[in-house]
Amino acid sequence: MQIQMIPEIGHFALVIALLLAMAQTLMPLAGASLRRPLLMAYARPMASGQFLFVAIAYAALTASYMLDDFSVLNVANNSNSMLPWYYKFSAVWGNHEGSVLLWSLMLAGWGFFAARYSRELPRDMVARVIGVLGAVCVGFLLFILITSNPFERILPNVPQDGADLNPLLQDIGLILHPPMLYMGYVGFSVVFAFAIAALLGGRLDAAWARWARPWTNLAWAFLTIGIALGSWWAYYELGWGGWWFWDPVENASLLPWLTGTALMHSLAVTEKRGSFKSWTLLLAITTFSLSLLGTFLVRSGVLTSVHAFANDPSRGFFILVLLGITVGLSLLIFALRAPRVSHKTSFNWLSRDALLLINNIMLVIITVTVLMGTVYPLLLDALDLGKISVGPPYFNALFVPLTVIMCIFMGLGPIARWKQTDARALVKRLWLAGVAALAIGIIMPFIFGNEWNAWVAIGLVTAMWIVLPMFRDIFEKTRHAPTRLAGLKKLSLAYWGMQLGHLGVAVTIIGVAVVSNYNIERNVRMSIGDSAQVAGYTFTMTELTSRRGANFLADRAVIEVQRDGSRRSFTMTPEKRLYIARGMPMTQVALRPGLFRDLYVAMGEDLGDNSWAMRVQYKPFVRWLWLGGLLMAGGGVLAVIDRRYRRLATSRDPEEEAATVAKPREATA
Amino acid sequence: MTPKRKQKLFVILGLVSLAAIAVGLTLYALRSNINLFFSPIEIAAGDAPYERQIRAGGMVREGTVSRNPDSLDVEFTVTDYVEDLRVSYSGILPDLFREGQGVVVVGQLQQNGLFRADQVLARHDENYMPPEVADALEAAGYSPADFQTKAAKVAKRVEEREESEGASQY
Repeated sequence: MQIQMIPEIGHFALVIALLLAMAQTLMPLAGASLRRPLLMAYARPMASGQFLFVAIAYAALTASYMLDDFSVLNVANNSNSMLPWYYKFSAVWGNHEGSVLLWSLMLAGWGFFAARYSRELPRDMVARVIGVLGAVCVGFLLFILITSNPFERILPNVPQDGADLNPLLQDIGLILHPPMLYMGYVGFSVVFAFAIAALLGGRLDAAWARWARPWTNLAWAFLTIGIALGSWWAYYELGWGGWWFWDPVENASLLPWLTGTALMHSLAVTEKRGSFKSWTLLLAITTFSLSLLGTFLVRSGVLTSVHAFANDPSRGFFILVLLGITVGLSLLIFALRAPRVSHKTSFNWLSRDALLLINNIMLVIITVTVLMGTVYPLLLDALDLGKISVGPPYFNALFVPLTVIMCIFMGLGPIARWKQTDARALVKRLWLAGVAALAIGIIMPFIFGNEWNAWVAIGLVTAMWIVLPMFRDIFEKTRHAPTRLAGLKKLSLAYWGMQLGHLGVAVTIIGVAVVSNYNIERNVRMSIGDSAQVAGYTFTMTELTSRRGANFLADRAVIEVQRDGSRRSFTMTPEKRLYIARGMPMTQVALRPGLFRDLYVAMGEDLGDNSWAMRVQYKPFVRWLWLGGLLMAGGGVLAVIDRRYRRLATSRDPEEEAATVAKPREATA
Repeated sequence: MTPKRKQKLFVILGLVSLAAIAVGLTLYALRSNINLFFSPIEIAAGDAPYERQIRAGGMVREGTVSRNPDSLDVEFTVTDYVEDLRVSYSGILPDLFREGQGVVVVGQLQQNGLFRADQVLARHDENYMPPEVADALEAAGYSPADFQTKAAKVAKRVEEREESEGASQY
């Protein structure tokens, strides 16, 4: 009896969560503006309660999946009794309804932790932050309950078995990628709430920036990992060997990442120098709005891709309205209140402030170009002006040069001082790094590549230009310490975080430059005994077999691979699977990963008479793409655990704060 | 003008011109990289440009997929049930490429009416129909229900044919 009621319990818990979220919004916000401590005190318990009930709802849906309750429509459409338990567990977010529920769970979770780790914040600030987060929760819970109920039943004709999870999603990638990405998307809601709270309260000081920074870094780190995982997943799962397609859905995740990156840097200036205040707030609002836009693009069905589960127009409309309200309301508050918090400080055009400003401008320009390429076809379609698509050449033509320009300034940024830098000192410290970067970048492609390639050279020069000044800086910072090691220990975690993050960018740039230009792909027709030569490796098909998996049948090729001039060989076994429940074929790629190159073999099509079309690829440095992403995220996390941000950050009088930040301070991050 | 204002003016002018250059370049890049979609009817009517990157799409006509036995060259016909378009492609077709199903091809239309595809896009799962194809078919006078039953029939026939040909596969 009780087990049969699980979906109803989940549904009911969602309704309670919605009511709690409403209370979480109204009471603290009213309390903060009326200065009633009693009303403000609602904030924390409501946030905890809401999280608890969303968690109950989420657990109920998971239980329905694990128990194969096919009377629940969502389970019947996306699961199957033959599915292994870990895919049942992750199938919860492998569909529209479940993924929105996961989204809400994380939103409530971020709210809960923001409430927990804000003891040292002023009471009205906490009340406003939690209240704004509550409002966002209300929007998403309403969205679930009105348009996307995951607990809908199909009674009384309960199907015998489920339709199975899309085979593309039956992979470790599904278990990892969406939760990480959502944590990033949703995480930006916290800094958004901080921004709105600052606007409503009319207070934005260095302490505010110190509170907002760790939350931003953490969300950004999650988003970085989420994007990197998505790219890695697409690389081996889709069977083409591509790692970034400029697909609108990928762009949707890149957009908040770009503005989020700008926001992190702008927050640094706001904290250290007390300037860029309105700009920081605007970026916080933009970043979260772009997260919502991403949700709209993916969830509304205006795009069709592997990510688009649902084609229900009412859902798209709902999210569009939600997006409109969020953007409209927050920009209105911004327009009315921003003049109150803005504060002017002067800085020279050659200073870290200015370089960070340039970084921000570049990131925003890149965001705008990506946004245009993504939304332009949708706009034309909506206005009935024709169906077009914008291809990767557009994005590459703009993204690559803009990134290179940005990286030129990126090399200078960490070396320059706040407020003003002596140009001659800067040149003195950097000329050697510049020359070395040029030399390494130009010579390396001769050594590694088959032929010299200008794009690879540009990529390497750029990466070296980021890395070498960094080492120089670490060298200088430890020069006056008694020993080098003591000097290294004295550097703050936030500083290491920055360096690691920048190193990650350089590593990713190297990966992109090399794999895009030295990648070798051959499509060949192969039957048993045939071999193909790719990049100094010989691929020989030795066997064609078939096998039965848990829920699929597979054709499998055994490929023996031998490196030219080497005795040892190894085998690779790509498969073409047919998933029984859906009758859907899928390519299972065989990979031989390595730090400096990947070998990639995929079965294409059965050409009859025992021969297959095979896709054989040699991908140099492809791992560096994702390694760089991990380093960047690691940098973000290091900066979060810096003790400086966990210390009691007491808010001071804004005027006094402004006065102290106006004085140049020793800068570490 | 005070020197300070003058400096401000320069900064603003600089920013405006930077923004203008950025927007200009973006629009230029956008213009030369957009791919318009044409249905077989439109191509037969001569609406589509020759030797420029475009997209076309429709259903793969049953029994028209022919492979060169020695290479990966393949030809097939895409149709909206009114007009046909012959497509040539060299490479591996996507997993879900099937006779009687919707596809979108990206490539160039040759003077002789052959469409040389660089890319063939099929659906991601069995319920998916490329929206351009759905619209093109509707314009040709077929409702979504029509071509879904058509597709199902073709799929069944193809399956039967495959079964009779190679029953010994597993």
